[in-house]
Amino acid sequence: MELYRLTAHEAYDKLKKREVSSKELTEAVIKHIEDVEEDIQSYIHIDIEGALKKADEVDCLLAKGETIEPLGGLPIAIKDNMCTEGINTTCASRMLANFVPPYDATVVKKLKDRQAVILGKLNMDEFAMGSSTETSAFKKTKNPWDIRCVPGGSSGGSAAAVAADEAFFTLGSDTGGSIRQPASLCGVVGMKPTYGAVSRYGLVAFASSLDQIGPLAKDVTDCALVLNAIVGHDPHDSTSVNRRYPDYISALINDVKGLKIGVPREYFESGVNDEVKSAVINAINLLKELGADYEDTSLPSTDYALSAYYLIASAEASSNLGRYDGVKYGYRSAQYEDMIDMYKKTRSEGFGSEVKRRIMLGTYALSSGYYDAYYLKALKVRTLITEEFKKAFDKYDVLIAPTSPTTAFKIGERINDPMAMYMSDVCTVPVNIAGLPAISVPCGFDSNGLPIGLQIIGKAFDEETILRVAYCFEQNTAFHKQKPNERR
Amino acid sequence: MDIKTLIGLEVHAELSTKSKMFCGCSTEFGAEPNTHCCPVCTGMPGVLPVPNKKAIEYAVKAGLALNCSISQFSKMDRKNYYYPDLPKAYQISQYDLPLCIGGYIDIETEQGLKRIRIRRVHIEEDAGKLLHEGWGDNSLVDYNRAGVPLIEIVTEPDMNSSAEAGAFLNKLKSILQYIEVSDCKMEEGSLRCDVNINAVAEDASKATAITEMKNLNSFKAAVKAMEYEEKRHREALLEGEATEHETRRWDEVKNITVVMRSKEEAHDYRYFPEPDLVPIILESSYIESIRESLPELPDERYHRFISQYGLPEYDASILTSSRHLADYFEECVTVYDNPKTVSNWLMGDLLRALNEKGLEPSDIPFPPAYLVELLRYIDDGTISISIAKKIFDEMFAKGIAPGTIIKEQGLVQISDESELLKIVKEVIAGNPSSVEDYKAGKKKALGYLVGQAMKLTKGKANPQLLNKLFEQELD
Repeated sequence: MELYRLTAHEAYDKLKKREVSSKELTEAVIKHIEDVEEDIQSYIHIDIEGALKKADEVDCLLAKGETIEPLGGLPIAIKDNMCTEGINTTCASRMLANFVPPYDATVVKKLKDRQAVILGKLNMDEFAMGSSTETSAFKKTKNPWDIRCVPGGSSGGSAAAVAADEAFFTLGSDTGGSIRQPASLCGVVGMKPTYGAVSRYGLVAFASSLDQIGPLAKDVTDCALVLNAIVGHDPHDSTSVNRRYPDYISALINDVKGLKIGVPREYFESGVNDEVKSAVINAINLLKELGADYEDTSLPSTDYALSAYYLIASAEASSNLGRYDGVKYGYRSAQYEDMIDMYKKTRSEGFGSEVKRRIMLGTYALSSGYYDAYYLKALKVRTLITEEFKKAFDKYDVLIAPTSPTTAFKIGERINDPMAMYMSDVCTVPVNIAGLPAISVPCGFDSNGLPIGLQIIGKAFDEETILRVAYCFEQNTAFHKQKPNERR
Repeated sequence: MDIKTLIGLEVHAELSTKSKMFCGCSTEFGAEPNTHCCPVCTGMPGVLPVPNKKAIEYAVKAGLALNCSISQFSKMDRKNYYYPDLPKAYQISQYDLPLCIGGYIDIETEQGLKRIRIRRVHIEEDAGKLLHEGWGDNSLVDYNRAGVPLIEIVTEPDMNSSAEAGAFLNKLKSILQYIEVSDCKMEEGSLRCDVNINAVAEDASKATAITEMKNLNSFKAAVKAMEYEEKRHREALLEGEATEHETRRWDEVKNITVVMRSKEEAHDYRYFPEPDLVPIILESSYIESIRESLPELPDERYHRFISQYGLPEYDASILTSSRHLADYFEECVTVYDNPKTVSNWLMGDLLRALNEKGLEPSDIPFPPAYLVELLRYIDDGTISISIAKKIFDEMFAKGIAPGTIIKEQGLVQISDESELLKIVKEVIAGNPSSVEDYKAGKKKALGYLVGQAMKLTKGKANPQLLNKLFEQELD
């Protein structure tokens, strides 16, 4: 098998046994990128020189007989909204096209400490606002299963790169589904950890109370390995939670006997495609056959989740994106009359239309006279949704639902219909609102051969249980082993 | 119509922590522009704030010293607005749940003690500074100050004159300096004051619209601006002029206030809870431990100075208005048991010298031991009072010990009778007309003769001895 086709844990095993060098792995992936990137367009920036240098360093360490930590020496890539010292971090925006951070995000530092080979930065929706990666100011990433389709978003580059074997794993960020939805549409594993489990320091903020970094990987084992590497309290992030984090690999047990699964009916209602529905129901039945119990349940506030999400996320974004004013870094309009004009032109020219739409929405929601009706009410819905989940988890170990109501849609199909685009997140946003962990794993294909994702939602800080369910499902199915180029 | 002025203050005090509110950068004043900053305080993409525990402690301390109750649950909020000195385009502040609420300060007024209520004290971060001079059409920005911790102290509109507001500011400054949470240097911007002022008829039948004055950056400017507005509002009310809610600034050159913006242009700050920070939850044991650590405050110390040292009220009030001055006084009197003499020197020569140089009591250039040494030289007759005053000026200018000055400049008082007698005889011989006057009964002439003798000895002659010798020679 080609080296780039290996999973991260397989590649790491070979590296550890000295069957392969980090340089060979890196060169194989780089060569493969050269072959497919023209079609896929998942990278914004590829640092071949830096990657090969790092691979050599790792090989030197190995030659000296030193052991490297899991995932060390593997070429991987990072969504372009996580700061990388000395390497452009653009958020796929004209605003930050030339921004070179003077520091590393905590997750980047953690991966570097593990000797990971960082290949480059991945395309995304501008400032992570979008569900198709089409709002990127630079390029449109294609779905490796059908290049006429979007990869999902906003971490579309991260999902497509994993699906097309352009990296052993990638990091994405998930504010309303931005890891899970593209993972679902690209047929890979994607996890949003519990809010506070992974440091946000160095993640360019979209909506601070919802954003969370997580892995996109070729299988559940890889996902657990990456999670092991990135979780933990960070003194630089006051919202990161100081607790003991388990070894997620030991949670990978091929057994769901006695596990209680709740199936919230609101996630199967309007807008959910029949093929998606039946793939998810088949998956639930398989888990039942494997010994789990399941039950229908109801989370009635789910209906308000999408509205509350777009208010809270946009409100926070309107404030978080205020700093892009042309004063200190990033884009500044070439011509302006005075200070106010500099602000106006810089922001009008630097941001794309989806970003501007959300800034306006969020500014409106926070304005005096509207705050109570919009922002405050959204916060109340947030409390309701959180309480409902809490109650559900008194009864169930996990909740299962579709990740995305549809499979990958065509490029251009929804980009001019914001409401249709926002509906892509209907199954994923409640999890962000409640700060819970959730994983998306491949669970089937539609009649066009496009992948379908199964979403497993867990209690706060109980990533172990959702990993266990995901792992057991994966061990008893073969969806994750299918590759796009074999079906195409 | 009887008219009452209503003044409420919003005072910003920079906390004297070593590092900034949300990052580890230094808060030191006066460094080269943009040398005390990092990704966090310059608002780089992706950074997050980490609260400075010391700043919270200082704010709690201030709240307790200002008789506030401390909230065990409070939170930070974002105040959103665009200005180049505000790197994130929002200031992290506190909106509806401030750290401290409901305190007061007692001030002295002509009518006696008056209680000024404090509505709230909250924590926030400072902004940077724009530099407009010397860059042509451009302005540059310095972020050294961005993120320095501040407390904002908001009073009720309980002050009825600029004098009362001035007394409040003095007392507030004194308290904050006592508890060592702020150096309150207005000229360095570490204490800034916003004023809300209007005039109302005593019978509440009429009132002028409130004027806000922002960022008055010196004590003098604040009082002058308030005096100006006090008068303007009174006149407007008397004349029945229409007034509107507006923000004005103090023009130091013209000594007038001018309109900055009217209410229609007022900002909507779109406050909302800061999602990057968790709420501030304080255990009551923590609050109590800070309460116990509070030093003696100006009011208590004032009463103690009167009872313990027998000082007049006036002396006690001046000395205790500054912790440094009061500490200085007490260091002196522990080794020199004449409190009133020490008080006279501190209130007279020392404060005069500080004022002349525009210095604060914390800047006194010599230790209390030097002053005590000087007083002892007077007591044992080594020097005269007038020489002592000269030595004092020298001590103040150079910070050197009085003994050294006396030795170097040969200022020891001449008390040797035979040496002085020679001089007395010389003066009598050289001033026959004054001698005549004296003998004719004009006792004043003696003063002139003594003065001449002093001149010859460069002021070093023992004055009592000189008097005695002249009388002895002439009578």
